[in-house]
Amino acid sequence: MNLKRLGAMTWARSLEFLRDRSALGWNFAFPLLMVAGFAWIFSGPSQPLFKVAVLVPAGTTLTTASQPVAAAPGVQFYDETDETIARRKVAHHRIDLAIDFTETPARYFVNPSSEKGAAVEALLKGSGNLANGSAPDAIRIEEAGAGIRYVDWAVPGVLGINLMFSCLFGIGYVIVRYRKSGYLKRLNATPLTAAEFIVAQLLSRLVLTFLVTAVVFFGSNLFLHFRMEGSYWLLALVTAVGSYSMIAMGLVVSARVTSEELAGGLLNLLSWPMMVLSGVFFSLDGAPQAVQWASQLFPLTHLLSAARAVMLDGAGLASAAVATPLLVLVACSVVFTFLGALGFRWTQD
Amino acid sequence: MAVIIEARGLVKAYPKAKVQAVAGVSFAVQAGSCFGLLGPNGAGKSTTVEILEGVSKPTAGEVLFKGETIHFGSSAKQYRDRVGIQFQSTALQEFLTVQENLRFFAALYPKTRDEQELIKVCRLEEFLARDTRKLSGGQRQRVLLAIALINDPEIVFLDEPTTGLDPQARRNFWELVRGIKAEGKTVLLTTHYMEEAYELCDEIAIMDHGRIIAQGSPQTLMAEHFHESVIELPTTLAAPLAPQLAFVDRGELSELATPDIAASIEQLRAAGVPLTQLRIRPPTLEDLFLKLTGQDLRA
Repeated sequence: MNLKRLGAMTWARSLEFLRDRSALGWNFAFPLLMVAGFAWIFSGPSQPLFKVAVLVPAGTTLTTASQPVAAAPGVQFYDETDETIARRKVAHHRIDLAIDFTETPARYFVNPSSEKGAAVEALLKGSGNLANGSAPDAIRIEEAGAGIRYVDWAVPGVLGINLMFSCLFGIGYVIVRYRKSGYLKRLNATPLTAAEFIVAQLLSRLVLTFLVTAVVFFGSNLFLHFRMEGSYWLLALVTAVGSYSMIAMGLVVSARVTSEELAGGLLNLLSWPMMVLSGVFFSLDGAPQAVQWASQLFPLTHLLSAARAVMLDGAGLASAAVATPLLVLVACSVVFTFLGALGFRWTQD
Repeated sequence: MAVIIEARGLVKAYPKAKVQAVAGVSFAVQAGSCFGLLGPNGAGKSTTVEILEGVSKPTAGEVLFKGETIHFGSSAKQYRDRVGIQFQSTALQEFLTVQENLRFFAALYPKTRDEQELIKVCRLEEFLARDTRKLSGGQRQRVLLAIALINDPEIVFLDEPTTGLDPQARRNFWELVRGIKAEGKTVLLTTHYMEEAYELCDEIAIMDHGRIIAQGSPQTLMAEHFHESVIELPTTLAAPLAPQLAFVDRGELSELATPDIAASIEQLRAAGVPLTQLRIRPPTLEDLFLKLTGQDLRA
């Protein structure tokens, strides 16, 4: 690896990105508009649907036969396996109530500062399902915590999708364009090696995407004042590793493709499911199991999971909520880099 | 003069497309000369040159640079330190100026030519600070030539460098090539412009269907194959003479190759053809190609 050549290639690509004003402007404008738009749209009255987590004894599943409470109308119930997570979600108003049937008598967790929590509690009690149904002597336990506004939830998601598009298309589409225009062929006729070219592209995109995200993050926080409980350094680490994994994913797509149309199609094939299934705009709690499994395939899911743990819960690196997704992102980065480098071709021959 | 580069039995096949782009090509290029590979589109010129450049690996055959066999793959990078390459069509790093592109490419080589000297040789002064996206065709080719010369190579490969340029830009480019040659560098040029080859090349090889069908200096080849001059006449006048005179229809004009101009003109006069629209010219490389292959250049 020749550092002079690596530096020259990184610098040239970075200048190209910074001077392409329309693309650069879009990189800033898109997330800002999205964050502002979602903050405005969801600043109105709460949605009518109640969401309740239910913890059932190991080896059993939630059924209306064993837990008649689950038959209550107008309430979405879902299985939750970890009591700590369920209670944190109640504390943050991400769900309205949690019922624990693993203990006898059963317990339920509700946040007294949550209007929806109080409403669903009254609804379930009134219908006899909570107090007199399957949990006649359920013990009421209060969880304290300020509610998370939708914008607090949405900001990591919106920044995440901007990162995803920037990383995937910024590498995938650009390298294919270079190949199609003959620029890669020209570079191949110089002493520049494939490894130097690839590392330069990854470095340039990583640094620039990171800087753009940082500017958008602090810029949007000036008027949205969203929640940031954890360490900025840890959030930076999560952002960098998550970005790299998606840049490397873009490299895999661009390794051999020679058509910009095909590259665009493949990148959309990756980015759209990620946008829908990674919990960008809405929590996947209560979503069908298959959807939740599918979401685990995408780096964006793990990036958002770790970023939200840092931003909303103040989780540290030692916390499984950060460490686990971070390790998954590192693994994705290694695998994608290996596949991309292995498959890379200068020309279409 | 010593041989600087030699192709021995080069073959390049594309099995999937069932195409043999190069079908056994051998030639040697003298150091300091300008060698031209001529032929129509699809003749195999560019493929041959890409093999010589070390960019494309031949299916069979070998390339010797200064008597040493060059190796393909990653080890070809060392060989490419020593040669200059201008591809037929290639893009530059966008949003960078001409000077920034020169400096970028210079940073990729261990040894480079003086930037100011290069700018002067390729006449880049007037658009040095211009974004490469805003260059004209001729300016772009001059920048690409400068990049090909940036590592001060002993041999420069120019693959159809003037295709698409207007006549003025083409002639300006020829001047640059003459200047490079005057510096003692070897030039290997591919073109389908016969006039270009005649103007610049010391030796040419005419290719068709992946093979060399004639090789030598332009003057020698012409002398070997032509003892005739060409009479041109509008086709409307020439067509009725078909039974007596073997005019070849070339569109608006028809041509007659004749060893005895006086006798042919007398025949035309006798046939009542007005001679005011008649033109006589010496044969060109275009005519040579037509004679050798029986077909027009598919330019």
